[in-house]
Amino acid sequence: MQAEMSNEMRSSRLDNDDGAPPPPRAGEGWGEGVSTRENPQEERALTRIASVDAMRPPPPAGAVRTARGQRSHMLSAALLMVLATSAPPAHAFIAYVSNEKSNTVSVIDTDSWTVTKTIKVGQRPRGIDLTRDGKFVMVAVGDDDTIQVIDAKTQTVVDSLPSGPDPELFAQDAAGKMLYVANENDNTVTVIDLEKRARLGDIQVGVEPEGMTISPDGKTLINTSETTNMAHFIDTASRQIVANVLVDARPRYAEYKHDSSEVWVSSEIGGTVSIIDPKKHEVIGKVTFEIPGLRKEAIQPVGIGMTRDDKTAFVALGPANRIAVVDVASRKVTKYLLVGQRVWHMAFTPDEKYLLTTNGVSNDVSVIDVAAQKVIKTIQVGELPWGVAIAP
Amino acid sequence: MSSITTREAPRGFSFAEYMTCLSGIVWREGLRFLHQRERFVSALVRPLVWLFIFAAGFRQVLGISIIPPYETYILYEVYIAPGLMAMIQLFNGMQSSLSMVYDREMGNMRTLLVSPLPRGFLLFCKLLAGTAVSLLQVYAFLLIAWLWDITPPPQGYLTVLPALILSGLMLGSLGMLISSGIKQLENFAGVMNFVIFPMFFASSALYPLWRVQEGNPYLYYLCEANPFTHAVELIRFALYGQINWISLAVVAVCTIVFMIGAILAYDPSRGLARRGPAGGEG
Repeated sequence: MQAEMSNEMRSSRLDNDDGAPPPPRAGEGWGEGVSTRENPQEERALTRIASVDAMRPPPPAGAVRTARGQRSHMLSAALLMVLATSAPPAHAFIAYVSNEKSNTVSVIDTDSWTVTKTIKVGQRPRGIDLTRDGKFVMVAVGDDDTIQVIDAKTQTVVDSLPSGPDPELFAQDAAGKMLYVANENDNTVTVIDLEKRARLGDIQVGVEPEGMTISPDGKTLINTSETTNMAHFIDTASRQIVANVLVDARPRYAEYKHDSSEVWVSSEIGGTVSIIDPKKHEVIGKVTFEIPGLRKEAIQPVGIGMTRDDKTAFVALGPANRIAVVDVASRKVTKYLLVGQRVWHMAFTPDEKYLLTTNGVSNDVSVIDVAAQKVIKTIQVGELPWGVAIAP
Repeated sequence: MSSITTREAPRGFSFAEYMTCLSGIVWREGLRFLHQRERFVSALVRPLVWLFIFAAGFRQVLGISIIPPYETYILYEVYIAPGLMAMIQLFNGMQSSLSMVYDREMGNMRTLLVSPLPRGFLLFCKLLAGTAVSLLQVYAFLLIAWLWDITPPPQGYLTVLPALILSGLMLGSLGMLISSGIKQLENFAGVMNFVIFPMFFASSALYPLWRVQEGNPYLYYLCEANPFTHAVELIRFALYGQINWISLAVVAVCTIVFMIGAILAYDPSRGLARRGPAGGEG
């Protein structure tokens, strides 16, 4: 019965009938739709530079040549300063986005904000991360029941890791030696030795395990199970569950604060983020969301990203098409940022200047300027982008 | 004394004389605007009502796609902001021509027309003065919009200026052309309704044109032919540091055509104004 329910839930999630508008057709736009061009970003970036230059008012026709030259120099210097302050040249990173439906990983250059390559992977890629040394990208391909390993240099699949059936999300310890994989269809968490690329064992957890996070000291692993509505606290040494904390319906994602003082768990159906004290194993607070004019059911928190200083958290709100900016201290939402449709997960660039979000239904990735708390760009990727990871 | 006799020696004016005339007209228009606080308030309230009430009501119903010059998803109020800026200029252009009808009725226009400078220049000064006033209104609107989280890139506030001047001139000269054919103040209200509303609604101010095209292709062509659409798009692109060349060309050509039309129409020796005794001038 439970398995049936979970299957039904998953299929309904795939159909996107839980509050999300249907996938937009090409050219469709209202309803927070889709780009009208194939790859408008690059083109626009170019026209932008050209047009700023062209917008400069022409000097009067009678001006002396040298004076004109000087003035145009001054103007361009001033313009450069304006441009420099508004768009500092970013250190280029490489972002990897798993596309659940097109079975690919899109590679994005964070300097030009363009897709530079699309890597063919197994079926239904979702959870994605890089090894700590940045040499390999690991992607959970659920329908192939494995975790594929992509060489970051050659950008091809080179190996696979032995997970359980239908791996969805995974977490690795700080040293990058152990990998813990949530197997959605098997109610287990698989422990993998990353160096030997060998399966060490399984931990039995609740129904439909998904969210995974590990304490900064590597001693506690937290797994959330979507149907059991629990956050399971697992001791990594004994591989035993030490506590279960009940949260709101359908917990999808868990995130440790960097100072280890709190664990944030998002509940998709409950529409909240529960804040758990990891020592007392108690829910000590909740973040709630309210967007004027949007019905409550459309607000479905999933991915969470927290800045390194633990001051600001970003929460993806699924079919609400928004990222909530949360002040961690007060646990209050300070701003909602409009991104593409059905936003799932997110990742910061290593310098924390940008945050990338995957927008499942509109098939794109939105880029948020973290300091300005503004969405600056949206980039088309493959179908149903789900997870994102950025190389260090 | 008729204004025609004073216009008989319009030769050889110095640049300074032109400037004196220009500053006089701009100054008068500025003073008039500042003294009519209600006008300033109403000029601001109109777009703000659209922004706060209309857009707020529609923001969930009508999301928006990524269309140039935008690079990501935007809220509806961000989309209509350039349209509202153009609307401010449209109303302002019509209003300043309305003031010309009023001036003519009240006899103030004689003061303007006794100037020995060429009439074309006088009218151009009047247009510039009207455009300057519209700039004040638009920037006041942009300031309030900024508080409402409509935040174009900082350089956009500068790059939009030439676009605003050009579109202000175009809409002002259109208003002047229309006002030249109007004998009485009362008639003007009707024309406002026949000009302002169709121009505003059959444009890209409130909804992107491809959306209109889906609904009714003929309406789409009408919108495309509407110079106001191009004023809106010119402003929209300039606000994001870009140039929409087609819109720039359309607005520039329309400005020239309307301006020549207005100058011809206001020439008492030719054109429309001669056809009947007009108010105070008669």
